[in-house]
Amino acid sequence: MSLVIQNLHARVVGGQEILRGLNLEIEKGRVHAIMGPNGSGKSTLSKIIAGHPDYEVTSGEVLLDGTNILPLSPDARARAGLFLAFQYPVEIPGVSNANFIRAARQARLAEGEELDAVDYYGELYKEMDSLEIPRSFTARSVNEGFSGGEKKRNEVLQMAMLQPSYAILDETDSGLDIDALKIVAAGVNAQRSSNVGMLVITHYQRLLDYITPDVVHVLVGGRIVRTAGPELAHELESKGYDWIREDLAESASA
Amino acid sequence: MSTEVISQIDVDRTRGDFHYPEQHTFDAGTGLSHATVDYISDVKNEPAWIREFRHKALDVFLSKPMPTNWASQDLENIVFENIRYYLANSQRPTRSWDEVPDDVKRTFERLGIPEQERKFLAGVEAQFDSEAVYSNMKKALGDEGVIFVGSTEGLKEHPEIFKKWFGKVIPTGDNKFSALNSAVFSGGSFIYVPPGVKLKHPLQAYFRINAENFGQFERTLIIADEGSEVMYMEGCTAPKFETATLHSAVVELVALKGAKIQYVTVQNWSANVFNLVTKRAIAHEEAEVRWIDCNIGSRLTMKYPGVVLKGRKARGEVISIALANNGQHQDTGAKMIHAADETTSNVISKSISIGKGRSTYRGQVHIPKHLKGCKNNTECDALLINSTSRTDTYPAITVRGSGNSVQHEASVSQVSADQIFYMQQRGLTEAQAMSLSVNGFVNDLVREFPMEYSVELKRLIDLEMEGSVG
Repeated sequence: MSLVIQNLHARVVGGQEILRGLNLEIEKGRVHAIMGPNGSGKSTLSKIIAGHPDYEVTSGEVLLDGTNILPLSPDARARAGLFLAFQYPVEIPGVSNANFIRAARQARLAEGEELDAVDYYGELYKEMDSLEIPRSFTARSVNEGFSGGEKKRNEVLQMAMLQPSYAILDETDSGLDIDALKIVAAGVNAQRSSNVGMLVITHYQRLLDYITPDVVHVLVGGRIVRTAGPELAHELESKGYDWIREDLAESASA
Repeated sequence: MSTEVISQIDVDRTRGDFHYPEQHTFDAGTGLSHATVDYISDVKNEPAWIREFRHKALDVFLSKPMPTNWASQDLENIVFENIRYYLANSQRPTRSWDEVPDDVKRTFERLGIPEQERKFLAGVEAQFDSEAVYSNMKKALGDEGVIFVGSTEGLKEHPEIFKKWFGKVIPTGDNKFSALNSAVFSGGSFIYVPPGVKLKHPLQAYFRINAENFGQFERTLIIADEGSEVMYMEGCTAPKFETATLHSAVVELVALKGAKIQYVTVQNWSANVFNLVTKRAIAHEEAEVRWIDCNIGSRLTMKYPGVVLKGRKARGEVISIALANNGQHQDTGAKMIHAADETTSNVISKSISIGKGRSTYRGQVHIPKHLKGCKNNTECDALLINSTSRTDTYPAITVRGSGNSVQHEASVSQVSADQIFYMQQRGLTEAQAMSLSVNGFVNDLVREFPMEYSVELKRLIDLEMEGSVG
């Protein structure tokens, strides 16, 4: 059981190619990290897997437990078990957080089946408590007026409530101070299990001090150029991305 | 985003889109003349002053041009000689649903009126074409001196109150359609709340058009005496006919010193109805009038509820939601006429345009130079769903004098592709996402409606949003 990305080529609709033959397999129960310099295609990768309409796949497949999800709409992909924690969570004025998550849960039920409100709120409060989100956030509009840290915590809350099989966390550390980072990381760690495969996308190694990955990949120029254990993140941190680029240039000329 | 694609929007109006075969004992025939006016006055057995009032009004109507110079050209498509102006079976409503004819009773049962009455209403009037078929109020309110009857009964049984205020808030010649209503009015409510009486539960009127090529012209007059409080709610539906139907009401409210009136409308006419309504209130000293208005249906609605703030410290408010779908034009707004010191007015309007729908806000705020301490706040926000949707804002704010303040904010926004993608990523379909987004946009105003209506409103908005993406 895994999320497999096979030879993925993708571009901005009608524009420049961003992913150029990307291969990756995220097994259930494992945490993969993707690191890379700015402009390497990290965030694009997450949007393409989730089905953002600004991008088009020119070749390749994304298999979720064996099924190619690329022909599916973004919502069908989500209901199939894919979750994306956004780098920039979107505000939805007038829609309360509790109602939004409830609607998302309801969307996963069969036609005619109704969510049990008491169970739902019980579960919601429990997850909010562990993420140290005040109860008042149930009634607040989704992400509206939230601080950077509150938005990221809210993403992790939604992940906990929707229990995806595969979760992509896009720059979840950006805009967080160290205290907020610890809370968010603890929330993510609490959800690590054999039932979920995670892909953590980050520019900095800092997040990986708190969410220890099983595998680290380096993305440069729309391809995975290095794959190794967690020690790779530390190496990147001390040597910078230029080291990888130079290394690549050397092997190309050799 | 596929929101650019406009498919045929076929709104499910099943709840209101049905009708029974017509059986009318009283029919004024097709077209409008002084003979039509006499027919209506005869069957209603009206006093001479009302007959004269009607005839004068007809002359005013005939002499006035259509307001197409500033409003919609679509008005020219109303063919007055093809309309039937009075259709009824009886001039007296019953006090019991059991005595209402079966098909009419079934109509209101399908619309859920008797059930609502049992659950939360203090009184109900149900109008079917030209006349109320049912009118009843909780007995305790009658004992307190509250009057809640049809306009015909009001003018006959309570002339001393009726005559004092009738046609005083909205004169016959206010506009072409107020003149038309004054000539052929029938039905509507007459309400009087005695001093200090505060109604805990709302009174409700339901206006139902069943006949084709028909015009409904109800006339409502509400007088809240000193320190009293009343909430009045009205709903309306009609079946979808091939030909245009006309609804042209006149509603006059009088809030005497310290009184409070809330007037709630959920307008869901079918998309062939011209809905041209004149609504205005006079608020005396420290009185408060709130118009809470939602327009979802009709082909063309022109409605600008107003408050004349006549007494010191009077307050006026218009809360308005409009939703214009394909083939619809919601031309709505508010009028706040400040005529005393320290009066305040508040206008909050939100409109949603879907497909080729068009919404227009027209606001008039008038604060003359000699007044002190007056305040107005106006906010109008428009949401466009598709690139073919249209919205226009025409605020006319005249504020003179130094001691008065005015705030005006307007915004136009579109549901962003990022917002829809975010919601879709959580598993909601594009249509569900759109619907949730629109409900969010109007949510703060929907809360102003009584609970039973706000639930219905959300359902109606969901129905309208179905098919807006595709």
